[in-house]
Amino acid sequence: MERETKTEGEPGHGPALPYTKALLEHFVNPRNVGELSEEETDGFGLVGDPGCGDQMKLWISVSDERIQKIAFKSFGCPGAIATSSALTTLAEGRTLGEARRITDDDVIQLLGGIPEHKRHCSLLGVRALQAALEDREKRLQQKATRP
Amino acid sequence: MIYLDHNATTPLHPQVLEAMATCLREHWGNPSSPHSLGNQARLVMQRARERIAESLGCGPSEVVFCSSGTEADNLALRGVARALRARGDHIVTTAIEHHAVLHTCDALEEEGFRITRVPVDPQGVVDIEALHRSLTDQTILISVMHANNETGVLQPVEEIAGMAARRGIPFHVDAVQTAGRLPFRLRDLGAGLVSLSGHKLYGPRGAAALIVREGTPLQPILTGGSHERGLRAGTENLAGLVGLAKAVELAVQDAAQESRRLEGLRDHLEERLVSAIPGIRLNGAQARRVPNTSNVTFPGVDGESIILGLDLAGICVSTGSACSTGEPEPSHVLREMGLSRRDAQGSLRLSLGRSTRQEDLDLTVQALADTVARLRRITSV
Repeated sequence: MERETKTEGEPGHGPALPYTKALLEHFVNPRNVGELSEEETDGFGLVGDPGCGDQMKLWISVSDERIQKIAFKSFGCPGAIATSSALTTLAEGRTLGEARRITDDDVIQLLGGIPEHKRHCSLLGVRALQAALEDREKRLQQKATRP
Repeated sequence: MIYLDHNATTPLHPQVLEAMATCLREHWGNPSSPHSLGNQARLVMQRARERIAESLGCGPSEVVFCSSGTEADNLALRGVARALRARGDHIVTTAIEHHAVLHTCDALEEEGFRITRVPVDPQGVVDIEALHRSLTDQTILISVMHANNETGVLQPVEEIAGMAARRGIPFHVDAVQTAGRLPFRLRDLGAGLVSLSGHKLYGPRGAAALIVREGTPLQPILTGGSHERGLRAGTENLAGLVGLAKAVELAVQDAAQESRRLEGLRDHLEERLVSAIPGIRLNGAQARRVPNTSNVTFPGVDGESIILGLDLAGICVSTGSACSTGEPEPSHVLREMGLSRRDAQGSLRLSLGRSTRQEDLDLTVQALADTVARLRRITSV
């Protein structure tokens, strides 16, 4: 077998960074970045993490009780960006019921783990999604009560 | 790898490593021992002390060896506070000191001392008028850093030294970021106490010094043997001190030339950054600074994300203080300069050093431009 020449902790190699490969991949190539147009948007969520200053905006487009389109923008640390991106991949194509049941643990699991001090970041996406789902409910009610 | 985090730590100079290895192999005796091996170690230590004194411009007996810049700061603050407790209870410092000073002041405050933390202007320079006004007949110590570790901004320590001398108040300068980097003589600083640390100037960690000028009142904070004129008990880290002495000597020899070289490189870096990345701001750039440091705000993006983006490209930079990694609170220094929390969160420190070449900086600007553009497409603010 070829000898492993890279030592643990060497810069540029996995163990040197406190992040998993999956998390780094979502950080470098985040999915579903952007905004949905007014017409497409059925729900919008804006949440901030007062503890660390991170912020996330999330848009959903819903038809047949499913999230057909999802888009996000985030200001924050690598954990916030990667978990935002991972959350959108979990929610895309899901029924509204399934989307409501997504937890931060699901996000962390998809990323193969997250450093302990970054755990709170993973809540950002989940909270933004819940906010967008609530916003959709509100919009529907407003439509229904409109003459 | 491109390393632009020299204000956090620096690699050992090969000659320092050599001097330390010789010491560890051959001069391993305890300088306090009464036999020939001990005597030899004592002579080696004395030579190290003389070299530092000569390089920096103070007396050999004024060099008090200790383990870190943090310990030197602690000894200065707690040591003077204890020595002058009967004379007064008021200590003056600035709001932008390193945590080694600020948190020590917090601890002294809990012990009953009154602390004034003087604010800085938007360029990060201490408000010298406010400092002057804060002095009372109860003031027993003034502590001001020579250059800030996050911005590189130099503080008017010579002026403050004059103020302190006129009133007979001991003055401590944390010179961890300037010793061996700027060509200055200690006596020109006019401070009674000066902290310096080995690993910021291509020396080892675990080796530092507090320069205590003749006549400065100071009590030890460690009790034990009578090492370091009774000011710092504990068997000396001789190899570390030999390394520190070598590092100080080499740094001071080069300081004038190297600081000019780094200033040219830093200015090149900042010019390139400003033209490559729209909307950025240079923090403290209107003030006098140490020549190796640049602090930059990239509005709308998070500093930690920029750091990771650069790290993946093989470039090591930092946000402000390495000590605060893992703490979500953004830099207290930038906040004191009036930056919003979010702008402070979107700021980076690039600190150049001996290994830095212009090509490295051009590559860094390119990588920064790419990373920031990518993060700006993602950002929600």
